[in-house]
Amino acid sequence: MTPSTVDSRAETRTTQDVVQVLDETGERHGSAEQDRWLEGLDADPALALRLYEDMVVVRRIDAEATALQRQGELALWPPLLGQEAAQIGSGRALRTDDFVFSSYREHAVAYTRGVALVDLVRVWRGVTASGWDPYAVNMATPQVIIGAQTLHATGYAMGVQNDGADSVAVAYLGDGAMSQGDVNEAFVFAATYAAPVVFLCQNNQWAISEPVTLQSTVPLVDRAAGFGLPGVRVDGNDVLAVLAVTREALDRARTGGGPTFIEAVTYRMGPHTTADDPTRYRDPAELETWAGRDPIARYRTYLTGLGLLTEAEEARVQGVADQAAAELRAGCIALEDPSALTIFDHVYAEPHAALAAERAAYAQYLEGFADGDEAPGVDAPGEVAEPGTDEPGTGSTDAPTGGAR
Amino acid sequence: MTTLTLAKALNAGLRRSLANDDKVVVMGEDVGRLGGVYRVTDGLQKEFGPRRVLDTPLAESGILGTAVGLAYRGYRPVCEIQFDGFVYVAFDQIVSQLAKMHARTGGAVRLPITIRIPVGGGLGAAEHHSESPEAYFAHTAGLRVVTVSDPQDAYTVLQQAIACDDPVVFFEPKRRYHLKGEVNEAADLRSAPPMDAARVVVPGTDVTLVTFGSLVTTARDAAVAAADEGVSIEVVDLRSLSPIDHATVAASVRKTGRLVVAHEAPHQAGLGAEVAAAATERCFEHLEAAPFRVTGHDVPYPPAKLEQHQVPDLDRLLDGVDRVLGRGAYDESGSPAFEGAAR
Repeated sequence: MTPSTVDSRAETRTTQDVVQVLDETGERHGSAEQDRWLEGLDADPALALRLYEDMVVVRRIDAEATALQRQGELALWPPLLGQEAAQIGSGRALRTDDFVFSSYREHAVAYTRGVALVDLVRVWRGVTASGWDPYAVNMATPQVIIGAQTLHATGYAMGVQNDGADSVAVAYLGDGAMSQGDVNEAFVFAATYAAPVVFLCQNNQWAISEPVTLQSTVPLVDRAAGFGLPGVRVDGNDVLAVLAVTREALDRARTGGGPTFIEAVTYRMGPHTTADDPTRYRDPAELETWAGRDPIARYRTYLTGLGLLTEAEEARVQGVADQAAAELRAGCIALEDPSALTIFDHVYAEPHAALAAERAAYAQYLEGFADGDEAPGVDAPGEVAEPGTDEPGTGSTDAPTGGAR
Repeated sequence: MTTLTLAKALNAGLRRSLANDDKVVVMGEDVGRLGGVYRVTDGLQKEFGPRRVLDTPLAESGILGTAVGLAYRGYRPVCEIQFDGFVYVAFDQIVSQLAKMHARTGGAVRLPITIRIPVGGGLGAAEHHSESPEAYFAHTAGLRVVTVSDPQDAYTVLQQAIACDDPVVFFEPKRRYHLKGEVNEAADLRSAPPMDAARVVVPGTDVTLVTFGSLVTTARDAAVAAADEGVSIEVVDLRSLSPIDHATVAASVRKTGRLVVAHEAPHQAGLGAEVAAAATERCFEHLEAAPFRVTGHDVPYPPAKLEQHQVPDLDRLLDGVDRVLGRGAYDESGSPAFEGAAR
């Protein structure tokens, strides 16, 4: 451990310089540097227990979503198993007026933003492209293109800066994203403009089948110095350490100190997504090693040692988790398929006559099935009737509702 | 009315947009202190400050990606891509992020971003400085794509694009930056022609010649030259490339029965294909000849000493007109001999 959590002088750091508050056995190691950011938590047992509840609940939600996928209720799910501390510790450090731009595995961060449980699975059920209104929870729609969101966060932070506000944009990214051009450009822009943005990289060791060593031959945190960003490497399975370093980075951003890069060292315990099979590329022994560093287990040991986590409290938390899982399941199954013509909604913010005409033409086509014929479906394209689909436009008329596009 | 070059008209339009809406920010490479490599942003940073007119690092995806974030925050960025051939490195941010965000978020997030791109060849420039990439963007749902051909449009359409709540790709015909024209700077934007309407710039009766951007000037010259030979060309300036005002084109084609579409961009899957197909769908029984496209060749943009073979000029436009008229060396049926024919 280094006495300073943040140090842009990469050359003075070694890979052993990982900020840690709780070790793997749940024992706390005092450090004035981190304790300073944990004072409120240390003074309020309810807050300390809340972090535990959060991690248990999100793990339970994640397991339920995986089950829903296996049962055919979701098309896909990217599990967060193993990354609970990295996400809860950072997510709970944020203020309501901060704005999150995440990738697609940050379900626990979304949970801390107040995203409704059912909204976590809408996209993965295939009924919408965004599970929630970004402005309702100050968290953007999770990004699928690796790293693209880091630029959005940086631009948002530039806007915050122009507004003279003290909120912060937080970009979540992974180890794979570190190779993307957009991420490197985001670092340049953030540093150049001293934008109030925090880059939180969860190094979960794997980008589908590619180990982090394929992305970088140096510790990811060492990249920060070259961009002029303060960088900190934290034990991502230590919820208190993640909370502490995130709070420090946020404070720096709020007070004009500019961006920070955080590498949270963690592990993707599950597959990349439910469509992935990590047994094809991952040594089971590695999984075992990381299972011994479980983020929830060590925090449970710590809280139990403090006398905060009683059997009754443990039972209460499990009850909350089970309730959340049941709510997620019920909400998911109740989601109905959207109607066909909604594909034309919101393509443009302002009126668009050509698209309106295209929509009207397709509506007319669909009406041809109103007599009970099966509506078009991607599973049986050959079975669909052909009511003049190859009729080009409407010949010589430009009537906007006549199918002319 | 003031006489302005097209570049000065753009500058005036930007200045008015910056003055009218303090959420408008201009960003790009060299747009601040230098005033842009074509001076389109000349003096703006001095007038509005470095927070409103930002020199950015040399990273086009970074420019577009941070503009998305700024727009998320309520800003109205106007991004300059220094040259047409530099836009490709920002392609993901434009087509995957900018274009889709409004639909992705169910209408919650509006990204009113204008992307200014100097476009086209004919200036003896280096590689990647003479491209015509409009079809890539016109093919993408969620974007609006416009271009201008004269100073008045440069002034008004740019302001309309900036005021539009949708992302707009705004192509500036750099070969015409020094084209002069009368500009009414007091014009009320609401009474100006809408951004997505095509316009008949030369009325005629025999052949409809549809084009846009730099070639509108060439098409006007072609109409004058053809008139000397007794052929009346109607020139339609498309202005908007997405959406396309097919109704205006069709109205002209119903009158003339003959259609030539011209652009600098390559032939295959260019805008000319879309215009010709749509006109055929709408006006099939009015056509006296198959529509003909006069375009760049399907080759990488050639070195400066050869570019006169790539960019359609007056003679090639007139050749296209001759073809649809079945005149000269061409098939009397009016159907141009396609195989092996120089396009």
